[in-house]
Amino acid sequence: MSTLHVALVGNPNCGKTALFNRLTGSREKVANYAGVTVERKAGTLVTPGGKPVYLLDLPGAYSLASASPDEKITRDVCLGQVNGEKQPDLIVCVVDATNLRLHLRFALEVRELGRPMVVVLNMMDAAARRGIYIDREKLAKRLGVPVVETVAVSRDGIQPLLALLDDTCPLVHQGLPLSRAQMHADVTRMLNDAVDVPRRTAAIDDRIDGVVLHPLWGLVLLAATMFLMFQAVYAWATPFMDLIDAGVALVGDWLAASLPDGILRSLLIDGIVAGIGGVIIFLPQILILFLFILALEESGYLPRAAFLLDRFMAGAGLTGRSFIPLLSSFACAVPGIMATRSIQDPRERLATILVAPLMTCSARLPVYALLIAAFIPQREVAGLFNLQGLVLFALYFAAIVSAMGVAWFMSRFRGNAGEHALLLELPSYHLPDPRDVLIGLVERGGIFLRRVGTIIFPMTVILWFLASFPAAPADAVRPAIEYSYAGQLGNWLLPFFAPLGFTWQICIALVPGLAAREVFVGALATVYALGAVDDAAADQLTGLIAADWSLATALALLAWYVFAPQCISTIAVIRRETNSWKMTGVAVVYLTVLAWLAAFATYRVTLALSG
Amino acid sequence: MTASRPARHRLDQLGRGDTAVVTAVEATSGQDLIATRLEDLGFVPGEMLRVISRGPIGGDPIVVQVGFTRFALRRAEAARVYVVDAIAPEQP
Repeated sequence: MSTLHVALVGNPNCGKTALFNRLTGSREKVANYAGVTVERKAGTLVTPGGKPVYLLDLPGAYSLASASPDEKITRDVCLGQVNGEKQPDLIVCVVDATNLRLHLRFALEVRELGRPMVVVLNMMDAAARRGIYIDREKLAKRLGVPVVETVAVSRDGIQPLLALLDDTCPLVHQGLPLSRAQMHADVTRMLNDAVDVPRRTAAIDDRIDGVVLHPLWGLVLLAATMFLMFQAVYAWATPFMDLIDAGVALVGDWLAASLPDGILRSLLIDGIVAGIGGVIIFLPQILILFLFILALEESGYLPRAAFLLDRFMAGAGLTGRSFIPLLSSFACAVPGIMATRSIQDPRERLATILVAPLMTCSARLPVYALLIAAFIPQREVAGLFNLQGLVLFALYFAAIVSAMGVAWFMSRFRGNAGEHALLLELPSYHLPDPRDVLIGLVERGGIFLRRVGTIIFPMTVILWFLASFPAAPADAVRPAIEYSYAGQLGNWLLPFFAPLGFTWQICIALVPGLAAREVFVGALATVYALGAVDDAAADQLTGLIAADWSLATALALLAWYVFAPQCISTIAVIRRETNSWKMTGVAVVYLTVLAWLAAFATYRVTLALSG
Repeated sequence: MTASRPARHRLDQLGRGDTAVVTAVEATSGQDLIATRLEDLGFVPGEMLRVISRGPIGGDPIVVQVGFTRFALRRAEAARVYVVDAIAPEQP
């Protein structure tokens, strides 16, 4: 039986992604980093009748008039005008049953494409709770295409759609083309005829918005949420990290006991186990951060935060809309930069792309966590906060302030021609569906682990090689690593970094750290494991650097990491999204210069204060 | 203008909790994408709207309910929407 190609389209917030997850289960394929339904997302399923289906989740759109790149892709795929993309046999237009005025208008626009389509009334459970009555058959007759009801969050909720996919030949609407004004009039008629809505919004939404959108309480709540998020990253992750730590030590001991002394043992223990283990340990923190971002996104809170922060962002020449890409950049700049596609204004989009790498991505977390654990005492402040958590908060805060400064600086240059549009929908509140959050977490955890496997693993092995060869001469008096390629490279970089208080070990680790920031930690572990006189102390990286570095050096390194463009994937995605080598160069140069200056100032100030 | 006719305002002049009916969306130029998008989102003549909240600084942006949906608009965007007072406000 030939595969049926189906495309899901709909307004943003129609529950399309939840429906996609429910239909395809875990058999999905995200072509790249999954932002907020920005990338190409495809999956497969088999209908109860045995028909194979290829399902494409197209970006959410308010209109097909292609005001944004997202909407242009949605329209072009539906029309079969995208190279390498098969034109869908069927368009499934998802509409939120509680938000029909907005969503039905879009359904009419999709109908104008003249392709086979069905309309899915999604979130029928929420509609039922609110007492919304929809005469499905009357609506189908009015629309001239089949209409089915679904509840994406329940297994049985998608049966009507599956049954329809089994049926052959859905309808193509026959009729005269409609003008934009006619579409609105048509929707009004349909709502009057086929739909009974007792109340325009959910009563609970009004009550929640009374607090969340409040000029004072809204801001207090937002600050509390952000603070809780960053404290949780520290507090909740600790037991899991201890567990991973113990596991890695166990594997290292086992290998040490069962292998003969030699190059292979050195590669496995000093290179691979120490390097990978030093990075995997941060997986719990990264997952907790993503858990918060995903849950906030699903609940409908993020656009409200964007509303509250819009004026602050306006001061920096951005809009509240940049808030979502920038917040995603806290997890990783790559999905963050890709999420800027939803910003229609090209200048605002460019400014957001250029400052996104300043947001404290999760890959910096391993570096911060290592340095904070080594140099900041575990202490309670004011009987409530953890000092280490406070320092982490300060690092995030410094990144935000500098990003705003840079954005403001750029807005001075581009002039104020034209205006930025906000026009942001505040969707109805939803309790995040654990299943969808879990799928998102698995997706992002997988991306992190793939980076460990594809970038960090080879870099670790290469670094082990650089640090092990050539071997020290027989009559060597200094540690072996100083004779190796890595030692030579570190010494060569030293003049550039010495004014910042960086040691040659740091210089060596910065080189592989270019591939991905978290590699720095693994690299440092490798450098120290091989450079240390006592091999047994190798796992105790934290203790080692605490003894080896001054506080000024550690703080300077933290400052360096707030700014440094130390991530090849980010640079690559900037190049792709701006389509300009010049802008990519601008980003790399300004970040490096800022990093150097910030580290230099931090080093000198700390020295002056502590000396 | 006759005395019986309801007063014409711009959306950005309304306060929190005010209800009004859209009379027009005026484009600021021939190719005003913001005005087009406002119409797509449901700001069309005859629609009832209500101001839900205003931002923490200078009352900007404005949260407006139109149809079944809430949107945050900057003042400059809201200024394109002309409204008249609603005589008998619908229930929220």
